[in-house]
Amino acid sequence: MATDEIAVLSRDVTKIFGRGETQVHALRGIDLKIRLGELTMLVGPSGSGKTTLLCVITGLLDATSGELVVLGRRPAELSQEELILFRRKNLGFVFQQYNLIPALTAAENVAVPLLAGGVKRQQAVARGKEFLATLGMSHRAHALPSELSGGEQQRVALARALVHEPKLIVCDEPTSALDAATGQTVMELLSVTAVRPDRAVIIVTHDARIFDFADQIAHMDDGRIVSLEEDRKNGTRTNVLAPASAVLSLAARRNVFPHERRVGT
Amino acid sequence: MNFVALKMLVADRAKYFSLIFAIAFASFLLANQISIFIGIMARPASQIRDVVDADVWVMDPQTLYSDEVYALRDYDLYRIRSVPGVEWAVPLYKGTGRAKGPDGRFRTVILMGVDDASLVGAPRKMLVGSIYDLNQPDAAIIDKAGFQYFFPDQPLHVGETLQMNEKRVLIVGISDASAPFQSFPVLHTRYSQALGFVGRERNLLSFVLAKPLAGVSIQELCQRIETATGLRARSAAEFSWDAFRFYMQNTGIPVNFGITVMIALIVGTVVPGQTFYIFTMESLKEFGALKAIGVTNRRIVSMILLQAMVVGSTGYALGMGMAAAFFATFLNYLPTRGIILPWQVMASIAVVVLFVVGLASLMSIRRVLVLEPAVVFRS
Repeated sequence: MATDEIAVLSRDVTKIFGRGETQVHALRGIDLKIRLGELTMLVGPSGSGKTTLLCVITGLLDATSGELVVLGRRPAELSQEELILFRRKNLGFVFQQYNLIPALTAAENVAVPLLAGGVKRQQAVARGKEFLATLGMSHRAHALPSELSGGEQQRVALARALVHEPKLIVCDEPTSALDAATGQTVMELLSVTAVRPDRAVIIVTHDARIFDFADQIAHMDDGRIVSLEEDRKNGTRTNVLAPASAVLSLAARRNVFPHERRVGT
Repeated sequence: MNFVALKMLVADRAKYFSLIFAIAFASFLLANQISIFIGIMARPASQIRDVVDADVWVMDPQTLYSDEVYALRDYDLYRIRSVPGVEWAVPLYKGTGRAKGPDGRFRTVILMGVDDASLVGAPRKMLVGSIYDLNQPDAAIIDKAGFQYFFPDQPLHVGETLQMNEKRVLIVGISDASAPFQSFPVLHTRYSQALGFVGRERNLLSFVLAKPLAGVSIQELCQRIETATGLRARSAAEFSWDAFRFYMQNTGIPVNFGITVMIALIVGTVVPGQTFYIFTMESLKEFGALKAIGVTNRRIVSMILLQAMVVGSTGYALGMGMAAAFFATFLNYLPTRGIILPWQVMASIAVVVLFVVGLASLMSIRRVLVLEPAVVFRS
């Protein structure tokens, strides 16, 4: 499904928080290429820089140095206002804690990106209901988030991320708050509805159970991509990008290569 | 996005209503205390306001306000009449005496002696009878509160008698006189009659009421009278302010009301301000998600301002409704009669509420504007 068109191109991207002795190197030279039509997972232990990388890609944080191109635009060259408009038009978000607005019904929550883009309320909510229907949630369109299960809330969040037809979907631990079966269902829905030839999906996750859905997996540790599994659906090709000791230590700590281990046994 | 803002606002009913009621209560308390303060402080000038015919009050140069008077000499009236620009000048007696009712109950009363010939100074708001009935022997007009004190449970009527200085006082009319500062009954009678009701004093000419000729301003006439006679001449408005200032400077009333108003202001600012700020803080994740999704800062600011305006205007309207109901209820209650909710007070409180919600929303807006949308990625 992947095309040759690049959705995200990152070259030697760094991100440093703080100054002087208190500074933290969250990203240390990230080189990554994500193509349209691909589902890329960023995996690694806590503090490895996955979420920071996601924030930098989406323009929520500025990179300290390096070159970053997202959907043909360089976030560093966009003004704050342009960046917001860019995000609104091109990006869809799925958060770990769903971040639905408790006061709004499921359909209204789905409609939020459309409302932010200036679509009229009735039209936006109607579109929200349509999207919920595609995710099998039409019967819950009028329910408040507090009346929905975790899986249902994540499906509403998924619908919200998709409703405005963005080119890039970013998901932060979309299954971590769900049980295994629900997580699997959400991922199946995500891979069916979100992955398209003209769209890229990036997922930050710890959840090894969903690695099979990925086209590409970037393993991160200490602000670096230590290994990259490309073309996984066409036969895995692992590029080790960091010293072997770092990869082995990461693998030992987090058991991050279950798929390969399975192949090996 | 306006409906999103409103739904976020009303979602937590308890917090929403506590915000509304905090503002409503503060508005009510402010309106109530300020209006009562103004009403009470306006009372010392009641007898000045009730004299609608005269523009200028002339008095002893040392007179500070209308309740403490050192009488003029009778010939001062003629000196004032001779000042160029005076259309007419008439005597007015204002003093106190003791009146006794038929059942023996007595009370200090404010006695107003108006000019025999012109009846200038007589009450204009009559409930029963006419001011011209003052021409009868021993006649006096009593105010409604006085009548109800001396003749409780009786309908308003004329023909009753009181006793003052061992003399018969025939009630020929009942007026709707403005309530005086001390809630004494107010009696109007003719100037010549007043002398008999209070007993013989050397001088009884409390004031001279005058009116300028056409083309002569009140201020100009006051100046001419002061220059020509050495007496003090004040316009009715100035003389009313003199009374207001005297009570402001010489009583504890302003301090007392001031403390209550300050407390209402502080409570009315802190409680809704803090609640609104907390409300925003608890919605930070939602605002962060909206910012991440691509809602502009300008739009988020307008959402917060809309929430603040809705809370402020609803609370204000409720508070003013409560205040209006209070004053409507107590308007005809004798001790609080005449105390109203002035529109200026309502307007001032609207400004205060606007300031309160503006301040609260500014704090919230500041917090939301500096919010990194990346906060939504923290679990």
